[in-house]
Amino acid sequence: MIPLRLTREVLLAFALLVLLALVATRFPGFVAPSNLAAVFNDTSALIILALGQFIVILTRCIDLSVAANLALTGMVCALLNTVAPDLPIVVTLALALALGATLGAVNGFFVWKLDIPPIVVTLGTMVIFRGIIFLISDGQWVNAHEMSARFTAFPRYEMLGIPMLSWCAVLVIALVYLMVTRTSLGRSFFAVGGNPHAAVYTGIDVGRTQFLAFVISGTLAGLAGYLWVARYAVAYVDIAGGFELDVVAACVIGGAAISGGAGSVVGIVLGALFLGVIKNALPVVDISPFWQLAISGSAIIIAVALNARSGRAKGRIILRKAEHAHEPV
Amino acid sequence: MKLSKLLITAATAIGLTASAAAADEMRIALVVKALGIGFFEAAAKGAEEAASELGDVKIIYTGPTETTAEGQIEVINALIAQNVDAIAVSANDTDALVPTLKKAMQRGITVISWDSGVAPEGRSVHLNPSSNPLIGNMIIKLAADNMPDGGDVAVLSATTTSTNQNIWIDEMKKVMPDYPGINLVTTVYGDDLADKSYREATGLLQTYPDLKAIIAPTSVGIVAAAQAVADAGKIGQVNVTGLGLPSEMAGAVESGASESFAIWNPIDLGYSAAMIAYHLAKGDAEATAGAEIPMGRMGALTLDDNLEGAMADPFVYDKSNIEEFKSIF
Repeated sequence: MIPLRLTREVLLAFALLVLLALVATRFPGFVAPSNLAAVFNDTSALIILALGQFIVILTRCIDLSVAANLALTGMVCALLNTVAPDLPIVVTLALALALGATLGAVNGFFVWKLDIPPIVVTLGTMVIFRGIIFLISDGQWVNAHEMSARFTAFPRYEMLGIPMLSWCAVLVIALVYLMVTRTSLGRSFFAVGGNPHAAVYTGIDVGRTQFLAFVISGTLAGLAGYLWVARYAVAYVDIAGGFELDVVAACVIGGAAISGGAGSVVGIVLGALFLGVIKNALPVVDISPFWQLAISGSAIIIAVALNARSGRAKGRIILRKAEHAHEPV
Repeated sequence: MKLSKLLITAATAIGLTASAAAADEMRIALVVKALGIGFFEAAAKGAEEAASELGDVKIIYTGPTETTAEGQIEVINALIAQNVDAIAVSANDTDALVPTLKKAMQRGITVISWDSGVAPEGRSVHLNPSSNPLIGNMIIKLAADNMPDGGDVAVLSATTTSTNQNIWIDEMKKVMPDYPGINLVTTVYGDDLADKSYREATGLLQTYPDLKAIIAPTSVGIVAAAQAVADAGKIGQVNVTGLGLPSEMAGAVESGASESFAIWNPIDLGYSAAMIAYHLAKGDAEATAGAEIPMGRMGALTLDDNLEGAMADPFVYDKSNIEEFKSIF
């Protein structure tokens, strides 16, 4: 198990290096440390959302409402800022996290208590969240000059030469890593996705675990919502439109199995960075825009194909004696 | 008889304050997509300006409360019942209003459309705020005006398939020889997404270190490009210009990332619509191909074969007038 995962991540890291080398042949400035830091910074939102999505996918669910959650939380933060421009950023952040968690809990509630398939629930809430943004904003934009300087400065504020946006991503990576590898909750995500029936026998409440996964995903989307709006200094109904697909793609490239129960934090971060590098490199390598989408898509399919190959060595029997355990005695 | 007519008028009209003394006045109805939109309120202001200039004109500013064709049909039926002299409409639907407007024309009411057009059989004349060649020329002119020594410019468009943007960029390329020393290096596509536009703009700044201007003929792109230039610390070196809305661009003009940009002026548009409606209703101008209809201070409207005409160059917004317009639209 461990060596297999290692190879997958090593493979992905290797692919990332090859990609960077390829870009460098056409635009050497791309691999300058300052630019790589900028690419990481640009990918921060994707990393944060992908880690939330990863946890949801681990439990055999999917959260298509992350981008809409981001947009709604971002809009609420922006509107709040227009009426209370002097609100400390800590309060804004806390509100963003709380609102994101609430929206995630809505998804989780439907999946847990009403047993509706997650893809249906989140497809619905995705549209509902966008609709709510339209209602609260009246379809209007919140623009740069309407936001306070403090509000837009936070993600740009540099600590040790690295912007706060990147630090947020680093913090999220660390926390999710610790949670997934060091807590019983983290292990239960794997258990629920890997084998829900077995998970029940070990005393794990599958629905409740899935609910918590949605809450975590929502919380992270809320955080990204504020950061996104502050970074681009604009909020409107369609921000991050279609971004949920990038998030799912980052997870899949990173080795998360859509069937649940498999994947690692390192893999997801690498998957997100892989997409981030492609997104940032395409504008500078002077490739026809008509080809750009095709290239992005091909990269995803190649990565998934590699994942599928390395994942094929499954179907092992853990306990031979338990093979016929479910038969009546 | 008179009393019942008054009652019907009061019951059906929206926003009507007609008095019995209005008999010798010409009544022009300005029907907008919906009430309460800054852009149209400004257009109404322009129409009032035309009315006071003409003297014997009364403007009826009206429209539905939501941007629906059904709402507009109701409003127009009410105006027909009041027997107004002219209707100038910015339509919510090209075809849906045609039967109602035909009825109006049969009753001898002059019907024109402005801003958002009606199919030719439903109106006599359509007033476009500008024309593709004028827009194409304006966007390159705005860039060139701030580049006395010439240099490189790049275009940041919406999607590769956006019809309007492609036409404007083509028109711009046609007049490039009129601006010697201005060199168009590339056209990139931000897909009208804030994050992709931002990334493309950042890519432009990296790929072309000597870039002097980014021309974005799309409201999402121009805002994102201005933010990217500001974040890259290139304010003063790279000027962002193109088409945008004053409310959305106020921050960028304030920060200096954008020296100037253009879009139609709603006040001029309302003024011209009222002028055209007046002259057509009075009978001192005719709606035939090639005809010229006077528009007061805005010159004259020349009609093409579809009986359409372009009002003027897009209006330029910069530090001197952004404060006034940012609250309008």
